[in-house]
Parts: sequence; structure tokens; C-alpha cells
Amino acid sequence: MSKYYLNYLDELESEAIYILREVWAQFENPVILFSGGKDSILVTHLAKKAFYPSKIPFALMHVDTGHNFPETIKFRDDLVESLGVKLIVGSVQESIDQGRVAEEKGKNATRNALQITTLLDAIETNKVDCAIGGGRRDEEKARAKERFFSHRDDFGQWDPKNQRPELWNLLNGKHFEGEHFRAFPISNWTEMDVWNYIKRENISIPSLYFAHEREVVFRSNSWIPISEYLKLEEGEKVEKKKIRFRTLGDITITGGIESDADTLEKIVLEVSAMRKTERGDRSDDKRSETAMEDRKKQGYF
Amino acid sequence: MQIDNNQLLRFTTAGSVDDGKSTLIGRLLFDSKSIFEDQLESVSNTSAKKGHDGVDLALFTDGLKDEREQGITIDVAYRYFTTPKRKFIIADTPGHIQYTRNMVTGASTANAAVILIDARHGVIEQTKRHSFIASLLNIPHLIVCINKMDLVEYSEEVYNNIIAQFEEFSSKLLMKDVRFIPISALLGDNVVNRSKNMEWYQNGTLLSTLENLHISSDINKIDARFPVQTVLRPQTEEFRDYRGYAGRIASGIYRTGDKVAVLPSGFTSKIRSINAGEQEVEEAYAPMSISITLEDDIDVSRGDMIVKKNNQPEMEQEFDVMLCWLNNDAIKPRAKYTIMHTSNEERAIIKEVVYKMDINTFERDSEDSNLEMNDIARVKIRTTRRLMLDSYRDNRNTGSIILIDENTNETVAAGMVV
Repeated sequence: MSKYYLNYLDELESEAIYILREVWAQFENPVILFSGGKDSILVTHLAKKAFYPSKIPFALMHVDTGHNFPETIKFRDDLVESLGVKLIVGSVQESIDQGRVAEEKGKNATRNALQITTLLDAIETNKVDCAIGGGRRDEEKARAKERFFSHRDDFGQWDPKNQRPELWNLLNGKHFEGEHFRAFPISNWTEMDVWNYIKRENISIPSLYFAHEREVVFRSNSWIPISEYLKLEEGEKVEKKKIRFRTLGDITITGGIESDADTLEKIVLEVSAMRKTERGDRSDDKRSETAMEDRKKQGYF
Repeated sequence: MQIDNNQLLRFTTAGSVDDGKSTLIGRLLFDSKSIFEDQLESVSNTSAKKGHDGVDLALFTDGLKDEREQGITIDVAYRYFTTPKRKFIIADTPGHIQYTRNMVTGASTANAAVILIDARHGVIEQTKRHSFIASLLNIPHLIVCINKMDLVEYSEEVYNNIIAQFEEFSSKLLMKDVRFIPISALLGDNVVNRSKNMEWYQNGTLLSTLENLHISSDINKIDARFPVQTVLRPQTEEFRDYRGYAGRIASGIYRTGDKVAVLPSGFTSKIRSINAGEQEVEEAYAPMSISITLEDDIDVSRGDMIVKKNNQPEMEQEFDVMLCWLNNDAIKPRAKYTIMHTSNEERAIIKEVVYKMDINTFERDSEDSNLEMNDIARVKIRTTRRLMLDSYRDNRNTGSIILIDENTNETVAAGMVV
């Protein structure tokens, strides 16, 4: 080795590992928020590197809306088994059954907003003091100002005006009883970085990210997968298309794109030619200009 | 885009709406094709609603609800773009004096600072303030963009006069690498594309300057400093006696077989192995995250620093720092704070405010010892135990500290070891 500088992916990796180790050192009971999407898979992969040869010292916490892609759940269970880590599941269905939240009504009803209560309940009952997320600053304007260590008050809420300044690499995770932090080790990664890294490291991801045939319906400019939770509107037609997903959320709100990209190489090529942001196919963000900001303030991921 | 061997460059932009800072960032993103269709569509709609002609580039950097309502940037916002040569992270910070703390925050990790000057107004108080902060935070490269050249008929004379003004006041500041570029962010001259209106300017555009800055030497590669973040003890069959010291190299280079000292205890040993993730490596350098095992079984824990035996930092319990006050609550005389330095944490008191800086005139006031938000001062700090320190000028990572209020847990000040 003759050069003494890192390429950008190595530098992002090193930064993320540093943050994960800081979380471990500064908190009592941290967990990784695991959705089964590529960003939380990436965070888990980085955690494996950060603590090698020890096991990942964090449990994975999944907020289960009940509206999952079956592929995601299988992937989650296989990963948890291979890593030998603990899995904590917070169930939105249970929150509904307990009367903590009420199901949304109407055509575009989703369980997206309901997750917030379940998430905060799971954090509280499991005495979690830091929840590590796969949020990235390039995703959405409300995320552009997020800290690596993001403080939440004892209601689990995010106050964008009351965040601690973060200088150099000194991260202040001090907190009082009942408060918790969210930590975002891949804040500085873009969608492109994530894919380039997944390809470089050959990280396994759910089959949903690769092009496959699926029954879908065209709604709000993207292909929504047919599932038992989806109510078809009049005039909507079920079609069979070769699609893949750029992000994975609930099966009811995650739109696919038509694609032939069935390998990581092809996905990287496709993403680099994309002219739309990945969250452009997520109907949860389309509800209003400040949809993400509002949910974040309440305690969303 | 395949940029396997490319570096990451972090830069900060300081300025207000009037300087055209948001327009400049919008222009960089737009001309480097980093804007997506749905973002463009959303911004076009808003521009039309507001009655602007065409697309208002400044809207690409629109922030939170309050900021949009007030038309200002309050907090540091991070933006990303990539060219075939580099990946860039912009720390977009507000320029008003009220937001000095945000400028300092954005500057703390930057390789370069982009400072904007309105060609019609030349060097103003704000220019001096931004330059002072860039110099205080020891940002290695400074790029001064003289903006709105279209409004001064692309005049070389105006440009040269502003350079002269800048050089006059900045002679009082410590700066290594300063460049000047005449631009029009609004029309795109010399931002990404070379201007046809300023044939007299022979050097690179802003983007090509950012792409070609030599940043490999920005991190100190001479003084090896490795703050231990945590100790890895797998206690499995395969790694029964393994004790790995995990951390991110703050500066310098480490190789297996190196003779090292563990501070503060001073015990010496040799590096047995270095791991980067699962992979064992022969050598590692800043800013890599690694884990190290030593030949000897000595007690090492979080907050310790592993250094080369023949090159060690100062061990001090009392030292001077340039302090920027970040909190709404003013400094409390004789109050105790928690001090964070690398992975180490102690308690500290501010013994004395030596002088306060006027960041517009660079004058020192040794009478005034009250520090409020956005104030910058030289202070004497005393800690409960010795810290392993380098001067900030030599080493950004081992020469920087933050103070935390023990009653609120808030980060109240940031300091640079003198």
C-alpha cells in the first residue's frame, strides 16, 4: 500500500463503524431498528464489522405493521439466526388490538403513522436508550439536518430546534432517565453509495430489490403490489409486470418500478441513471410538503 | 457512477440569502446533474407559485417549515453530490452573526470553506467573520467566490480590487491555501461551466477547483494517535484470550510490530495484529476504524490512547483553548462541566477567560469575561485528570474538546487547544 488516503466508501464505512462503537460505549441498551430494507441491512453489516470478532452486541428491533412482504420476514428471521442476535418485535396489530391506535380508513389507509406509537412503546417497554436507524440525510429535506446522535425527549419526540451541535467527531450521548437517542451511522451515505457498497461487499438483500414478475396495479404513478391488504378501486386493473422495489416499506404503500435489473451490477447501473429520488415512489411521503418532518417530530424513524 | 478510487471532500459554505449562497449550492447541484426529476418538479411548482421566472435554484436547499416560512437557514444542513472525480458533502451553514455556532459546527470537519462575496459590496463584516472562523477552525483550503459578477459587468478591475481588500485584512489570519474565483451563481458563470464572459480569468471553475484540491495531506500522518473507543472481548472458543482495542485512528500510521505506549499509564508494548473489520492488515492509517491487539497483556480501556513510543502528545491538566460558546445559557463562573476529548471524558472547570475575540475586527478584549452564545474567547481550563493533548493547529482530532453542562446534558461549548 503506497497511498495513505481512503476512498470515499472506505471513509464512509470507517465513520459508520466509529459511530456504532460510540453507541456501544455510551449507551446501556442500544438496539438496531431493523425494517428488512437495504439501509438497515447495511447498518447491521457495518455493526458486524465494527465488533468483529465479537458478536453484534445489539438486538435487532422490528416494528411489524402486519402489512409485510413475506420475503422481508423470511429474510429477517434468517439473518437473526445467522448472526445469533436477539430479535425484538413491536407489533402494530397488538397496538390496534389494545386500543392504543386506531386503523386509518379510506382508500389510501396505511399503517405507516400507526408505527410511531408501536415504536415508542417498544422502546419504552424494552428500556432502550438508543435506537440505531438507517436514516440518511439525502433521503428527504427533514432528514438533511439530522444529527448522528439525535436526542429525543421523554415523549420520544424530535425537536429540530433543540438538537445538540456536533463538532469534529465528538458525540454527546448524555441523557436523563426516560429519554432516548436515535443514532444514524449512515447519515452521510447517498442511495448510490449504499448500492455501490452493497455490491462491493456482496451483502445479501431481499429478493424484492431484484427484478421479478409480480401482480401489480398502477396507482399514484407507481406499481403497487397486489396483496390481501390492498383494496382495488373501480377501474383499477391487475397486471403482471417485471418490477423491482427501490425501497421497502409496507406492502400497501411501496411502489415498484418496471425494471430488468436482476443482479447487483445491473441495479447499480440502473440507480446511477435514475432521474427520480427513491422516496418518490413512497406514498407516505407524498401526503404533504412536510409529511416526513411532521412524522419525525412525533418520533418516527 | 463508478468512482472506486475517489476521495471524499467535505466543504462548508457560509453566507446569507443575499450573497446568493443558496443559489450557488442549487447551481452546483443542478449543473452537476445531482437534482432528480421529482425534486425539480417540486421546486418548479413552488417557483411558479411564488411568481419567479424559471426555476429558483435557491429552493433546492429549502429546509424545515420554520426556515421556509422565514426564508432563512437556521441550522446546518448537509447536501450531497458526486462527480466522476469525487464525492462531496456540503455543510450548508447560515451566515448571520447569530449563527456563529452553526458555522463553527459546519467548519469543524471541513476540508475546504467556500466564502461568498457580493461583487457589488466587496469585503464586508460578514466576509471577515467567515474568514476568521475558517482560520480559527483551521480549514485547510479557502475558496473565495466573488459572486454576482454579472451585476458589475464582469469587470476584472472590480474583481482585483476585492482580492486586494481581502488580502489586506486576511494578513492577520493564519491561512494556508486561499484561491479566488469570479462567478455568477445565478447565471452559472465559472460554477460548473467555464464563463464566456470572463476571458481574463484563467484558473479553474469552482467545481474543478473542488475536484482538484490536494486533500490527502489534510490529515496529520506524522503523529500516530489512536484513542481507544471500546475493548473487544469475544470470549468464544476460537478467540478465547482475544483482547482487541477498537477505535478510529485520529492521525498517523500504525504497523504491526510498532513499539507503542499506552497513555496515560505509559506502559509499553508492540502491536501484534491490526484488523480492519474481519480482515487482518499489516498497516493502517487515519481515518481508518480498526482494532489492535498488543503483544503484552496490559490494562487498556476506553479513553486511553495508544501512541508510538517515540512520539507522544502532551499530558496536561491545565491548558488554554480557544472556546466558542454554543448555548443559550451563558458561561457560569467556576462551574463544573464534563469535558469530552477524543474518547476520553473528565470533569473540567473554566479557570479564567483570558480574552474575548471580536470576530468582526479581530480585536481582543481582556476586560470582558462574560461568554454568551456565539462568543469566542481564549480560556484556561483545568481538568480532574491529565488529558493527552496536541495543539489544534497540529492535530484537529486530538486538539479539540467539547464542554457539556452537567445539569442539562447539553453541549455548551467547543474548544481548540492552543
